[in-house]
Amino acid sequence: MGADPLNLAADDPSAGIGRAGANGGSGSDGGMTQADGAGGVALSAIRGEVARAQAAKRPQRTRLAVFGERALETTIRLSGMSAIFFVLAIFFFIFREAAPILFSRDFDIVQFLFSPEWYPTSVSNVRYGTLALSIGTLSVTAVAIVLAVPFGLGAAIFVSEFCGPRLKETLKIVIELLAAIPSVVWGFIGLTVMSRLTTTLTDAPVGVNLLNGGVILALMSVPIIVSIGEDALKAVPDAYREAGLALGATRWQIVYRVLVPAARNGLLAAVLLGVGRAVGETMAVLMATGHAVQIPHSLLDSVRTLTANIAAELGEAAAGSDHYRVLFLTGTLLFLITFVVNLTADLVIRGVRRK
Amino acid sequence: MTSLAPGIEAAASPKLFVKTSHVVSKERSEKFAKWLFFAMAVSMIVPLIVILGYLLVRAAPSLSWEFLVEVPKKGMREGGIWPAFIGTLNLVGMSLAVAAPIGVFAAIYLHEYAKDNWFNRIINLAVINLAGVPSIVHALFGLGAFVYAARFGYSIISAALTLAIMTLPVIIASTREALASVPAAFRQACWNVGATRWQTIRAVVLPNSISGILTGVILQVSRAAGETAPIMFTGAVFFKAVQRGDWFPYGPTDQCMALSMHLYTVSTQVPNVKESIPYATAIVLLGSVLLVNASAIALRVWLRNRKKW
Repeated sequence: MGADPLNLAADDPSAGIGRAGANGGSGSDGGMTQADGAGGVALSAIRGEVARAQAAKRPQRTRLAVFGERALETTIRLSGMSAIFFVLAIFFFIFREAAPILFSRDFDIVQFLFSPEWYPTSVSNVRYGTLALSIGTLSVTAVAIVLAVPFGLGAAIFVSEFCGPRLKETLKIVIELLAAIPSVVWGFIGLTVMSRLTTTLTDAPVGVNLLNGGVILALMSVPIIVSIGEDALKAVPDAYREAGLALGATRWQIVYRVLVPAARNGLLAAVLLGVGRAVGETMAVLMATGHAVQIPHSLLDSVRTLTANIAAELGEAAAGSDHYRVLFLTGTLLFLITFVVNLTADLVIRGVRRK
Repeated sequence: MTSLAPGIEAAASPKLFVKTSHVVSKERSEKFAKWLFFAMAVSMIVPLIVILGYLLVRAAPSLSWEFLVEVPKKGMREGGIWPAFIGTLNLVGMSLAVAAPIGVFAAIYLHEYAKDNWFNRIINLAVINLAGVPSIVHALFGLGAFVYAARFGYSIISAALTLAIMTLPVIIASTREALASVPAAFRQACWNVGATRWQTIRAVVLPNSISGILTGVILQVSRAAGETAPIMFTGAVFFKAVQRGDWFPYGPTDQCMALSMHLYTVSTQVPNVKESIPYATAIVLLGSVLLVNASAIALRVWLRNRKKW
């Protein structure tokens, strides 16, 4: 914030001299009546004079009001920190359920990561290999991103650079509404409309497959890519555009010679967040990609993703069983993947702001 | 004309203003790019509107007031969606009661109190991450933390708390935006007449941003209503017997049905459902979510037009 408030309405005139200083508001201790360090002594003496003079004429705040304010500010601080707490709690509680299997002697982490054999309920030989699931996630995400990135960025460029204010407003509202469609509804669309389309247009035996899931995920990711991409383009100063126009460039030339290079990081972040959404999406891929745990060989093969696998099997796995713990371990893996993706996106965006 | 020097004649001739081939190709590529991007924007939107229209047509035979207030019958193959609808209301209401105060306070902290230091950067990162964690991971967390560790069991409380944590970033993000729209000069003026930080927030910042904050809360509602994965393993069930039109069928420790979960159930788990029922369920869910969102957008547009600064 800007300047700190002078403390004229202090609760106690003698203690309240010039608390507006280094401590003003964002210290983590919440102690608001502490006088400042040596630097502000002279100044606070003057402020103290003013405060005392003013306080004499002014009705004092009651102790209760002061206490209430302090309690509220503590609550605000705690709420602010709650996000950190929740993220740590998420990791802790997932990992806590997963840890026993991770550190058990029978468990083979290499098999978990690199074996395509996922037979969690096999009677003779239980195997927990997630490679097919990881490749499922990767392939669906890849299909989605290949479709969504050009369209998303194209739409972002159109919305930001080529259309009039009225159309822009309308498109942004439509895009916002599209982003609000629940994932289970997307899954339902994939299961009914899209799968019928897929079987009609291709010779796929079943409509719920990699292509179908990829298209659905692409449609889901586009709104995110558009809105963040548009923000990135908006962040480029108008002076860049004006300079381009002054040189006689057309809008399109400005876009690909000036704006795209200037907004590169923001556009990259848009793509990354689109990837993050695609990787983490659960219900839509659960319903739209078919249910076969296999490494896909073509676009028309059914696949299962890491997320869909958890959703499909958690209900059947008895609490505390190996199967249950492996599913939590998959969850931990997903948490870490999305953590890295989001962290990268954040660093990329931060790079933009620095500039 | 003939008396003029050749150079002047050339200058006067309209030929000079004919576009050079360079300009022509430049303009052509401009036009092409514009239409291409327009097509890209439209091709993302039009098919969807067609799809939604198709859903609506397929749902039409079942859509009626009866469908909303009737309970599912014959193993969910016929009847309505009342218990799911009420269950969603319960879940959303309870998650809102938890998420709204924490979210608004967190946003106030981040925008009004926090300085730009490493600690607050970590908080920001945590908020971003919370938004990015896959919904199924939230479900695992809810199961591990609320159902088992906190011993709430499979219940509305567990599901609502999971939803609350999941939707917290929505409230934080839009509340921050609302707070940021209050000019800094308003705060400075308030400080200058001697108000403390909290007095400034209460008397100046909040009244000027309350509608924006409300928008964020509305968006949280729509997000929470649509989520399926987080409630699937924490408190939502396939079926629960409820009286027709009963407004309070669930206690906080009961399991409940939910619209999103019901859509998943009737479209994938139950065989031989009446054709139009899944479509109608999808339309009711989609309709409520979009309606809630549209009202948030309308509120925002109205606010922007009314703003005096």
